[in-house]
Amino acid sequence: MLNTLISAALLLSLAAPLHAAQAADNKLVLTGSSTVAPLALEIGKRFEAQNPGVRVDVQTGGSSRGVADTMNGLADIGLVSRALKPAEAKTLAAHTLALDGVALVVHASNPVKQLDDAQIKAIYTGRTRNWRETGGPDRPITVVNKAEGRSTLELFLHYTGLKNSQIRAQAVIGDNQQGIKTVTGNPGAIGYVSIGAAEYAVGHGVPIRLLPMGGVEASTDTVQRGSFPLSRPLNLVTRGAPSPLAARFIAFARSPAVRDLIEAQYFVPPPR
Amino acid sequence: MPSATPGDRLFGLALWGAALGVVAVFAWLFADLARLGLGALSWDFVTTAPENAGRAGGIAPILVSTLLILGVAVGVATPVGLGAAIWLNTYTRAGGHAGRRIRLALDGLAGMPSIVFGLFGNAFFSVTLGLGFSILSGGLTLAAMILPIFIRTVEAGLAAVDDGWRRGAAALGLSQSAALAHIVLPAAAPAIGAGLMLGIGRAAAETAALIFTSGYVDRMPESLSDSGRALAVHIYDLSMNVAGGDAHAAASALVLIALVAAANLLAVALSRRLLTRRLAL
Amino acid sequence: MPRSADTLLEPLTAAMAGISALLLIGMIGFLLAESWPALAHGNWLRFAGLAWYPLEGQFGLAAMGIATLAVAALAILLAAPLGLACALFARFQAPPALAGGFRGLLALMAGVPSVVYGFWGLTVLVPLVARWQPPGASLFTAGLVLALMILPTVALLAHAALAAVPRGLLDGAAALGLSRRTTLLKVAVPAARRGIVGGVLLGLARALGETMAVLMVAGNVVQLPASVFDPVRVLTANIALEMAYATDTHRAGLFVSGLLLALLALGLAWFAARLEPRHA
Repeated sequence: MLNTLISAALLLSLAAPLHAAQAADNKLVLTGSSTVAPLALEIGKRFEAQNPGVRVDVQTGGSSRGVADTMNGLADIGLVSRALKPAEAKTLAAHTLALDGVALVVHASNPVKQLDDAQIKAIYTGRTRNWRETGGPDRPITVVNKAEGRSTLELFLHYTGLKNSQIRAQAVIGDNQQGIKTVTGNPGAIGYVSIGAAEYAVGHGVPIRLLPMGGVEASTDTVQRGSFPLSRPLNLVTRGAPSPLAARFIAFARSPAVRDLIEAQYFVPPPR
Repeated sequence: MPSATPGDRLFGLALWGAALGVVAVFAWLFADLARLGLGALSWDFVTTAPENAGRAGGIAPILVSTLLILGVAVGVATPVGLGAAIWLNTYTRAGGHAGRRIRLALDGLAGMPSIVFGLFGNAFFSVTLGLGFSILSGGLTLAAMILPIFIRTVEAGLAAVDDGWRRGAAALGLSQSAALAHIVLPAAAPAIGAGLMLGIGRAAAETAALIFTSGYVDRMPESLSDSGRALAVHIYDLSMNVAGGDAHAAASALVLIALVAAANLLAVALSRRLLTRRLAL
Repeated sequence: MPRSADTLLEPLTAAMAGISALLLIGMIGFLLAESWPALAHGNWLRFAGLAWYPLEGQFGLAAMGIATLAVAALAILLAAPLGLACALFARFQAPPALAGGFRGLLALMAGVPSVVYGFWGLTVLVPLVARWQPPGASLFTAGLVLALMILPTVALLAHAALAAVPRGLLDGAAALGLSRRTTLLKVAVPAARRGIVGGVLLGLARALGETMAVLMVAGNVVQLPASVFDPVRVLTANIALEMAYATDTHRAGLFVSGLLLALLALGLAWFAARLEPRHA
């Protein structure tokens, strides 16, 4: 009896997709980077509020899913937290939504104020193992690195001129928050994370500190001004000519109307 | 039992110690969650939609999505799981070929990583069957995930039912199905309840499998074919992806724990009712 | 109920049971299909290496496979005895009112999301271990957190098995004058052996397949651990960590690690099935 009821309910609800498919004209599907997703979600909600009847669905799965889904039409717009690779740029167009700087962070109790490029390389390749070798306290360094394929790792490798196989890390993390929490829990840790996320944490009393890179202070300001050496674009990607709705959304997402949303996620609005 | 020897007392103490230790650790975890998230909990939290990437507002649409996903998962896994357990118990010998193959398949499934379930669910339910990012897709994927644990628990319960009862039923001339429905299943009700609890717990706790199937959308779902964010996915996003989401993540975790507690009580109550009504115990 | 229901019963229930076999075959097929680009190149030996740098062409899974087994082993070493103790407590030691509540607590623990265990592990346990033995996120911490996660499964299934032990057996032991401890350990537990082992195996399977929590507390460095406090990366965390940003061969390589995991789980299940007695 119960089973009959359940089957009936399931069958009835299956009828719904047939009805929902008709609304495709007013629906945008965005998939990709989980870094960009919260921002895209909020922009989508504001867009929906200003355009009644429109639905903006945001899904995650990573930048590579964003690229793949856009390429084979499963998504209208892809969310990608890096610049497009040359092979991708042949079929896809990127529209930069915001910038995100990447900087080194250490625990707040660590007195080291800055590290030059040679020191960074030495620490990350395991040649320097203790903070006292850089003028800090007698404490082993816990090197925190990012997982392969992530754009933050590639930016870091590019800046330091290292290959990932040369890096000797004691912890490998995925998302920014994991990085921040790892550094927070270990006074001897050093890692690199999104500047926005780090600034937020510092502003809320989390015991970490941003280190300058190449002499330039790490802050969303310097990223905005373009003087900070490590930053990556957060892109909306499309294939061929976007549909009218998608084009409107992209224009909206790049307009000053969403500047506050970008800043609320601690990213940097692209320079005008 | 005879009066306790010193060895007995020590043993008893060890058992108490184990139990208290477990309770203490859970209390520690729960206290940390409460410290972080109790401030964000309120009636509004449970009834309004999320704002500012989930750092403000509430979790109402997410709760609804979670309930729907759980409903689909349990609604599909229960009949399929019961059927499979009945088949294993009634029609296979304990060393027989077919039974061993199926049990092997179940154990293999139990060891599959949740993220592989998610990727498979995406490829099969979302793409091949065309369900897209939807609650239905997520629920079906979860049903597949909780099948092994549900079947194993129910099967153990069925196996524990006294053979004498089955023979008695046969002697009375009851058909197999009647014996099952009126005698064996009710007798195994506690195990069914336990299986349901474990299944619900596993389903509610699942994150990786749902990111690729029921998705990320935090809007109130209008049908099972809509994408809907589950509570565990929301907790993951807030704690690991969004800066400043920790408090709301903890509050959502508290709500999820309460939800699982309620579902568990319901499962136990239902199975107890089945037991007592049918067998007049 | 009409007799005809009986004729339907066997094929119907057999079909339900068949679904699980179909699922497994489907999933393995899926894993094979997605890992094909990496497997088709031949040279399967490269997956036996210790170094995993997919963007530089190195796809060694050995270190991660060993780490997976090590973490699961540590978890079950902690959770099995503790889980059995909890089951014995709930069934034989605790006053009835407490027993129900304790079991309810265990069921509740089973419903806490892995991400919450991971989050708590990362923010509370890892710093604690780091103070004792840096870096903190390690095989040890992962084993601890996993043990906590699989304990409810082991305990609840062991409890169900113990509850099914015939009253007569225990009364017989009492009649023989056996001490309480002997009765429980030498009579009840062996009688419930099958269910207890089932619970342990299910817990082990869960430990092998757990992704999120281990990802947050194990350190994720691909290496053979020299000590239990070294960071390690398990196969599941590898997939979760890199899948989102992997393309082409890298992605296929990740699916190969998924395939390895599936084979590990199946191997374990087959081995466990051989251990079970041939007759009930």
